[in-house]
Amino acid sequence: MSTRTIQGEKNLQDIRQASKDGIGGSPLRPDGTLKVRGEFAYSSDMWHEDMLWGMALRSPHPRADILSVDISEALKLPGVYAVLTHEDIPGSKFYGLEIQDQPALAIDKVRYHGEAIAIVAADHPETARRAVKKIKVEYEVLNPIVTEEQCLAPEIHGYVHEPHEYKSHGSGNICHSQKLVHGGGVTDEIRALADVIIKSDYEVGMQDQAFLGPESGLAVPAEDGGIDLYVATQWLHVDRQQMAPVLGLPEDKVRLTLAGVGGAFGGREDLSMQIHASLLAQRTGKPVKIVYARDESFFGHVHRHPAKMTYEHGVTRDGRLVFADARIVLDGGAYASASPAVVGNAASLGHGPYNIPNVRMEAIALYSNNPSCGAMRGFGAVQAAFAYESQMDKLAEAIGMDPVELRQLNAMSEGDSMPTGQVIDSPAPVAELLQRVKDMPLPPPLDLENLDVRTLPGALSNTSHGEGIVRGIGYSVGIKNVGFSEGFDDYSTARVRLEVIGGEPVAMVHTAMAEVGQGGVTVHAQIARTELGVEQVTIHPANTEVGSAGSTSASRQTYMTGGAVKYAAEAVKAALIEKGRRRYGWTQSDITLSGGKVVSESAGPLVPMVDLLGDEAIDLTREHHHRPTVPFDKETGQGFGHVQYTFCANRAVVDVDVELGLVKVVELTAAQDVGKALNPLSVIGQIQGGCTQALGLAVMEEIIVKDGKVRNASFTDYLIPTILDTPPIPVDMLELPDPNAPYGLRGVGEAPTVSATPCIVAAIRQATGKALHRIPVRPEHITGTL
Amino acid sequence: MRVTFTANGKPVEADDVWEGESLLYVLRERVGLPGSKNACEQGECGSCTVYLDGTPVCSCLVAAGQVQGREVRTVEGLSDENGELGLVQQAFIDAGAVQCGFCTPGLLVQTDALLDADAQPSDTDIREALSGNLCRCTGYEKIMDAVRLASARKCAKAASE
Repeated sequence: MSTRTIQGEKNLQDIRQASKDGIGGSPLRPDGTLKVRGEFAYSSDMWHEDMLWGMALRSPHPRADILSVDISEALKLPGVYAVLTHEDIPGSKFYGLEIQDQPALAIDKVRYHGEAIAIVAADHPETARRAVKKIKVEYEVLNPIVTEEQCLAPEIHGYVHEPHEYKSHGSGNICHSQKLVHGGGVTDEIRALADVIIKSDYEVGMQDQAFLGPESGLAVPAEDGGIDLYVATQWLHVDRQQMAPVLGLPEDKVRLTLAGVGGAFGGREDLSMQIHASLLAQRTGKPVKIVYARDESFFGHVHRHPAKMTYEHGVTRDGRLVFADARIVLDGGAYASASPAVVGNAASLGHGPYNIPNVRMEAIALYSNNPSCGAMRGFGAVQAAFAYESQMDKLAEAIGMDPVELRQLNAMSEGDSMPTGQVIDSPAPVAELLQRVKDMPLPPPLDLENLDVRTLPGALSNTSHGEGIVRGIGYSVGIKNVGFSEGFDDYSTARVRLEVIGGEPVAMVHTAMAEVGQGGVTVHAQIARTELGVEQVTIHPANTEVGSAGSTSASRQTYMTGGAVKYAAEAVKAALIEKGRRRYGWTQSDITLSGGKVVSESAGPLVPMVDLLGDEAIDLTREHHHRPTVPFDKETGQGFGHVQYTFCANRAVVDVDVELGLVKVVELTAAQDVGKALNPLSVIGQIQGGCTQALGLAVMEEIIVKDGKVRNASFTDYLIPTILDTPPIPVDMLELPDPNAPYGLRGVGEAPTVSATPCIVAAIRQATGKALHRIPVRPEHITGTL
Repeated sequence: MRVTFTANGKPVEADDVWEGESLLYVLRERVGLPGSKNACEQGECGSCTVYLDGTPVCSCLVAAGQVQGREVRTVEGLSDENGELGLVQQAFIDAGAVQCGFCTPGLLVQTDALLDADAQPSDTDIREALSGNLCRCTGYEKIMDAVRLASARKCAKAASE
């Protein structure tokens, strides 16, 4: 069966228009023109002439036994082609990113509000909706296990997964745990060395990625019995790896092509509609499209782990940190998703970018009947940063020291050790970044004489004319790892082809990298231009015909796939030069490619590339593996666990209406070391976007879950920052090359989301004097009317 | 039912439209104009913004039947007849205001409408006018840059004419 997608081919054509800049420049996005025309084909725009619409029936209960499922009435509805339950799954019934603990369709029980039980294919979305409503499910509703106390007492409250259901993971309702001890740990003797000890509890609510493009895609049954899936995802190959066993197919019969992705932020790392659409396509023999509505999107992907944390720090009177002791409890929800890796990050990064001689840490992720949590920008480092940065401010206040000075005094730098014992072997300009945000000019003070009320907290609602407004300033810094950690063989594959097209040398770059908006397609073309000295570069659509690129997450794609493109291009360059040596007998050692020619740096141009290439294409594939890491020791947390670290510092200026509890962030400044900015325009866009998601977590974004039920699964009730909520975000970019990374680059996307949340809260604290131990900060926390 | 209206200057008709269908669904799934995006279908995110008789509306909130005989202009209609990008479209590309781009079509229509009403809006005017359009990627800074750039180009163009 041939596949016709409405505009997929246009995506390709326009991306093939080349622009000229190499690395370090800011050429415009190759997909930008299609996107502003409204012609870029996102996954929800996929279309096939005789396609059906798929939809899932989702559980209204967070925990229940399923006594029966009756699909007969749904099947009778005209226009319905299939209704499937777990009994119709041809292969394995379970999947998962790290642990295969999630049923593709619920089997005998549901473990969270919104879990999929049955799926429908029909000729119109409304028919599918009506069919879903006609499926009768009989439940025995059980008390959900939702609090830490309930989770940790399974003998009283029950198991989210019965002990016999465990494979290799967890115990009780603990999905994963990681301890860490550094220096002398935390003993009475060590506590006695501190002049001041501060201990506090902190809490982080459940944040959502809230990407705008809903989960969606089109599954097309192929003549060979396989499935062709056009989908928005972060990692094509790991989707396939999870899908194929469930569909009962070998991996080579499950072919994935990336459709346009409307944002991701971690929320597309787990499967959503991939298996469901494919099962329906297999059963009906017709293409099946699924597009989640916004509420289904909130139910259908994992969120950022909510956290409860206890932190204790000791400091000397002159500002030296003596010890830090922390416990982080992350609620992982019903299924494991990426929880084990999130726990590893929380434990290893959870004391921040500070030299602390004695450290103890315990981080755990719970199984509960709350929504599943997994990857989101900042991945386990975000929650801890709110706690340790709040502690820094408290410590500074307790000893009467400037909070930035206290941070700088204890800041780690290159050559220092992490609490894991890992020596930081590339620049770590923590103190400098703080100094940079501190030195940037402040916005002008509030001018009550010439006031535009639209700039005040509450803005357009005209809630104030300046009375009750107090300004505050806060600072923060954070640390994030780049790439996959703890012994994971993190790699990416790139294929580069050089050939003559229309009388010009043209490079083609083929990877499976998911372009989710971050601009990887722009950077890949820049790398190929730089390495091959050509102007024209085409980017092949990302699909599973080439090796894995790994995930577009962990700030790793430019590092990993960018590196793979560099190595593949270098191999092509070497092959072309070797061809020239054989043909012309060149002996120079300084031959390279530039301006469409083979050139000797000392002797000048040797031959145009088109003459040397002729009709022959050079087509080579290379993998980039980053240097190996090791798993952290389970009890001590020691080990070379992370491949690279990245740092960002922030300053927030806020206006707070202390009567109404409303906050307006006036300015949010960022300073970040990016190693080498391959595309400065994109880098700054990433930092500003990352800061804005942090702003959301600080003051508005939370999925409200009560007794396991989600109360705000819509953009009406789950608030993300608008352009009115978001201030100017000046960015000071530092470029200190990492000797271990391609081009010296450092992953960019996540660090600002780690660091920017605490500084906004610090600024609100400074304005209000309130302790603010929980985020998001709500009006009632500020007014004290909780 | 059958619905006929004008889309980007051309007459279109859609047959067998279910009365519950939105203008957004008809544009995307029946008329072949998928540029308007379906992000929330509650009028909260602005991704589906189109002109209806010259006024920007969330097409997800407009019932298909309501557009009978009326004029719709979508993001696809912001380029000129020769396919040349409109001034606002070009400014969004040049300023780096497009990342994932899912919010872009709605923002373009809303910005176009803003600059039609006021070619030189203040920053606060821009923020007020675009406050119904959510963007999750950019942090809005580059979007502000894009609108300022489009405004400057529009004023320069007006001055030279």
